[in-house]
Amino acid sequence: MTELGIKRFSSLVELEGMREKLLNSRSASAKSIHVCTGPGCVAKGSFKLYEIFCAAVEGAGSDVQVQAKCVGCHGFCERGPIVVIEPGGIFYQRVEEPDVAEIFRETVLGGRVVERLLYEDPNTGKKVEKANEIPFYKVQERIALSGNGLLDPTEISDYIAEGGYTALAKVLSPMTPEEVISEVELSGLRGRGGGGFPTGRKWRSCRQAEGSPKYVICNGDEGDPGAFMDRCIMEGNPHSVIEGMLIGAYAIGSEHGYIYVRNEYPLSVERLKNAVAQAKELGLVGETILGSSFSFDIRINRGGGAFVCGESTALMASLEGRPGEPRAKYVHTVESGFRGKPTNLNNVETWANIPHIINRGGKWFAGIGTEKSKGTKVFSLVGNVVNTGLVEVPMGITMRRIIDEIGGGIRDGKRFKAVQTGGPSGGCIPAEHLDARVDFEELTKLGSMMGSGGMIVMDEETCMVRVAKYFTDFLQKESCGKCTPCREGLAQMLYILDRITDGEGQVGDIERLEELGGLLEGTALCALGKTAANPVISTIRYFRDEYDAHILDGRCPAKECRGLFRYEIDPEACNGCGICLKNCPADAITGEKKVPHVINQEKCTLCGTCWEKCPFTAVLKV
Amino acid sequence: MSNTVGTEACLDTKALDEILGSIPDVGGDDLVPILQQVQKAYGYLPKPILMTVSERTGIAAARIFGVATFYEQFHLEPHGRHTVRCCRGTACHVRGGPGIIEAIKQALGVEPGETTEDMRFTFETVACLGTCFLAPVIMVNNDYFGNLNARKIKSILERYT
Ligand SMILES: Cc1cc2nc3c(=O)[nH]c(=O)nc-3n(C[C@H](O)[C@H](O)[C@H](O)COP(=O)(O)O)c2cc1C
Ligand code: FES
Repeated sequence: MTELGIKRFSSLVELEGMREKLLNSRSASAKSIHVCTGPGCVAKGSFKLYEIFCAAVEGAGSDVQVQAKCVGCHGFCERGPIVVIEPGGIFYQRVEEPDVAEIFRETVLGGRVVERLLYEDPNTGKKVEKANEIPFYKVQERIALSGNGLLDPTEISDYIAEGGYTALAKVLSPMTPEEVISEVELSGLRGRGGGGFPTGRKWRSCRQAEGSPKYVICNGDEGDPGAFMDRCIMEGNPHSVIEGMLIGAYAIGSEHGYIYVRNEYPLSVERLKNAVAQAKELGLVGETILGSSFSFDIRINRGGGAFVCGESTALMASLEGRPGEPRAKYVHTVESGFRGKPTNLNNVETWANIPHIINRGGKWFAGIGTEKSKGTKVFSLVGNVVNTGLVEVPMGITMRRIIDEIGGGIRDGKRFKAVQTGGPSGGCIPAEHLDARVDFEELTKLGSMMGSGGMIVMDEETCMVRVAKYFTDFLQKESCGKCTPCREGLAQMLYILDRITDGEGQVGDIERLEELGGLLEGTALCALGKTAANPVISTIRYFRDEYDAHILDGRCPAKECRGLFRYEIDPEACNGCGICLKNCPADAITGEKKVPHVINQEKCTLCGTCWEKCPFTAVLKV
Repeated sequence: MSNTVGTEACLDTKALDEILGSIPDVGGDDLVPILQQVQKAYGYLPKPILMTVSERTGIAAARIFGVATFYEQFHLEPHGRHTVRCCRGTACHVRGGPGIIEAIKQALGVEPGETTEDMRFTFETVACLGTCFLAPVIMVNNDYFGNLNARKIKSILERYT
């Protein structure tokens, strides 16, 4: 930064001046190589690619105007590592170390495209050059993720050059806190952390609450398994979160902010700390920001590793250095939260939307989405779907479009069974509701919920009773134990589910589960317990026949529950190679070489070894 | 008080001095960050050190132990040289995660939360590693291994001695 001559800004004019200077210096270095350093690409070795590109840039000499940079998650994690060459936006996928030299020589220096590394549209069989021509991206509308894939998250100058902190500047010059809140109210933005509470209304209550100091907190705990969108925002565009918090703090009248980051995300902590330090250096965080009378400081805290800490009151307890146990919310946290003071807590994605709303206006935001759910939502699309990754779509899009058009349908040609949304206390939505529109109300009506944005697709081989058991087990382990219904009720439900999946279910078990579920909903202390029965209730609602098959016929239709199906060898497909016979640990398989083999059902322990080992898929689950 | 806790009492408190020295006006709010740093410095949370934290900061020992046992990240026993973390998240579950947990259990001969006798591995499960597109996925120390099946586990673990 210093070589560009940026120092602490003491006015808006200086910030604007710097932006212009940055943009002018940009056009000179014409080419740039964007290496994705989202978690997916990093796990597949993209940092190494970045190093090799940097070495290539250095080796190319000073007359070649090119720069290599790390950028945040592009979302198409399935196809990582991703490298984009600008200008032109040539989108390379599944790039490996040996490809770097070719990309550099052909595309960067020669201006030619390396066909082999382009994405191939499975529908047309054609190679696609640019991201926005790939079906995965076509349907998306990116607001919260708009900086991902574009910006170097470790460089504040990149964010500033792309219009960063203009929203803060706008707020600090002519807007009153009241006007800021009205703009956010007008946008219709609702919390992206799960509850969907109107953000503007929350800010207003906190502003009006008696007491000081007031606190502003960003919830980066992201505890829902199967969800990683907050991580990608914190790591891919940390300044958008910081700018959102600054605007919120100004509107609410707070000088102290905290970002609470999940323990499993060390890179998020690092990127945020770096971003806050850079913003401080430039006078965008700290005392008298941009020469105004507004001051705001941000601290980053690492979470302790407990799911329940994502809940607002538990999170605040954890920040205070206590066990993360929630409390009953008779008194709202906007009145008495962190350290007993008025506290406004919002989710990462909620904060990241704020600068866009200020820049483009609440009315623009309210023009996207459905009547009661405005804007876009980021989902992490995972499970048995072809294209896993991060997607941002306008509210109101149908589930079918997300799964089929963006997700590319179900893996391995299997059939769709259900999609699970809303985190561990969400619900499973079956095929007959795939045309439902994705918004807060609609998902709740279907017995699921928006949650923080995990979307887990399940195929026909997924046993829904096991899914229900999986979530119940998860929540029972994460229950803090403070209230009895949650502590004991979940244990009982798990006990019943265990016996059903063991083939020992009893008539009446479904009703018992429903009764326990109702009890939890009515009497548990916090939202974890109140909604913990959702996965069980929603699977009973849509997949009752699967429960019945387990209980009444001792059969698992998805053939996942051990003991509730058999292995048999298909004599047509078996050519008697003997691999299963050799590997069977129970000596349950007999047969001569080159003659179809047979499994002795008396001896078979259902371990599945033969099924795994058979090279001809001749072993069947029946 | 610290000499009542036995052999561990000889643990060096130098690292702790530095940690406490780096925090101005230490108070209860700082407890989680203190424990995180202690664990980083010592590899785990040694009891005598926790007692010293209590003496120096005035935070009640009961509260310190309450926090240390509530959060999954803290451990009161030494860890193995390598940590295997297997995801038990939803995306991994529907892509064969339970089989991976089983395979690690068999390979190491320990349950989640335990350390092998030779102190080579500690085995943990986590709610989600945030890399669901690699499901099912495990992490060994800082390395990710994705798109796994049970057969790959042994050779992965063999790389860590
Ligand atoms: C058990 C439980 C876990 C939660 N986990 C998270 C989480 O990981 N991240 C999050 O942003 N909100 C989480 N929430 C929701 C928060 O309590 C809170 O409503 C939200 O962070 C408020 O921000 P928003 O209005 O911007 O959505 C959780 C709630 C419950 C009951
Ligand atoms: S569910 Fe396994 S990494 Fe997310």
